[in-house]
Amino acid sequence: MSELPDAAREALATFAEAPGWEQRARLLMQWGERLEPVNDGERSETNRVAGCESHVWLIGQCQDGRWHFRAASDARLIRGLLAVLLARVNGLDANELTQVDMADWFASLGLSRQLSPSRSNGINAVLQRMRELTG
Amino acid sequence: MALFSPWRADFPALAVLEAQGQTYLDSAATAQKPQALIDALSGYYTCGAANVHRAQHQPAERATRAYEDARIKVAKWLNAACPTEIVFTRGATEALNLLAYGLEHLIEAGDEIVISALEHHANLLPWQQLAKRRAAKLQVLPIDASGRIDLAAATGLIGPRTRLLAVSQLSNVLGCWQPLDQLLHLAKAQGALTVVDGAQGVVHGRHDMTTLGCDFYVLSSHKLYGPDGVGALYGRGESLLQLRHWQFGGEMVRVADYQSAEFHAAPLGFEAGTPPISGVIGLGATLDYLADLDTIAIGRHEQALHDLLLAGLAERSGIRLLGSPQVALASFVVEGVHHSDLGHLLTEQGIAVRSGNHCAMPLMKHLGLDGATRVSLGLYNDHNDLQRFFDALDQALELLR
Repeated sequence: MSELPDAAREALATFAEAPGWEQRARLLMQWGERLEPVNDGERSETNRVAGCESHVWLIGQCQDGRWHFRAASDARLIRGLLAVLLARVNGLDANELTQVDMADWFASLGLSRQLSPSRSNGINAVLQRMRELTG
Repeated sequence: MALFSPWRADFPALAVLEAQGQTYLDSAATAQKPQALIDALSGYYTCGAANVHRAQHQPAERATRAYEDARIKVAKWLNAACPTEIVFTRGATEALNLLAYGLEHLIEAGDEIVISALEHHANLLPWQQLAKRRAAKLQVLPIDASGRIDLAAATGLIGPRTRLLAVSQLSNVLGCWQPLDQLLHLAKAQGALTVVDGAQGVVHGRHDMTTLGCDFYVLSSHKLYGPDGVGALYGRGESLLQLRHWQFGGEMVRVADYQSAEFHAAPLGFEAGTPPISGVIGLGATLDYLADLDTIAIGRHEQALHDLLLAGLAERSGIRLLGSPQVALASFVVEGVHHSDLGHLLTEQGIAVRSGNHCAMPLMKHLGLDGATRVSLGLYNDHNDLQRFFDALDQALELLR
């Protein structure tokens, strides 16, 4: 766990203490407010992730070999899910990114259901886009 | 008002779901199954599966008889003139595709195919693609604010070039009955063929093909409490003769040679390959079960539940219904709340409703919405289900607003 980015450690600590769905939902909405801004120009078709029931945009930039993603959505809980996802991956290099077990990460936050195949919330589509961007 | 369903206990999944903390309000997507169906499936597989219409051995004879009995049951359910007017398919979607391919030869460049703005993708895309293949024009009948096809507009749009009209009986999003009698009359006056998508409509009340007067009627078994993987196409005797064969393979052929073949007429000519035998037998058993119930009592129960649903939604502020639903379901949006957020929080609370575009993207676009939340009812639902939904809705909205 010592290798976790700071933001990820913080997410783990807060979500681990959330006793139920209401607390988790509140936390997700709070985390969603912390997403870095994505301006209107960046909310383009190119950056849009298809396969989500809400609008989701994902932008990835690589600097000095380290990836930094920004994401936006018009749905609040999706913003929260994006925030905890980015908390885990931002700052990693391409190799480290391939080694992140996303299912495990979401499970450790008590959010494993959000990755189930029947969910059309698009987190799986976001992960797919991330792989395309960094592959 | 306490509303209990006397049929709930006939559906074992309801108790199981309840024990898992799940409230099932998504029957318009697929319905739960009665014990009678489960017994029929288990009975068929336990006592010996066999292919139909092929072998002479006894298991095959038994399977074929059960399969053909199911055809008689569907024909009776719809009051078709004859069981040969029923073609089994792998679903309502396949039945509509069968029609779009089987009738293709009747569509010339410049002809018009008429659908409505509220169609499910299953009753839109086969016609859209047929229109493209034949350089025909797809006309879309507009709907009014209540969610019914606008008859005044339809009168203008259904014209001498109209070859075919394909409309839903009951919208899967708006929950309102469509003015089929008038629409079918308009189409017939122009000599057009008529297709009714009964996927939702067939689940609520009994519909009589003799009086409805359409050429084709399509239904889905799994929404009618039957097994999935099965649909049925009703075709009026003379209308079925207009269909060209579309899928080719085992048992739909009368004489086959390397370079040519002759095919059976409907229904067998349109049931290529091994059909979904167990599913068809299961559908037959489901119809037996349903036929024994008091149709009037079911109608009354469903209406009372629907009234309760609408009343509860109306009591809450900021909720806007899509159209004016009459039966079975209600779709709604909440001011300032994304349907995805609401769907998320209802799921967290064990409420199984549908959130999204409901396989009707053009309709959603027409309504200016990204999506909506849909609550849909089955005959097994009761007031407790709705109470749990409303409690969860209040909790979710409190969090989100």
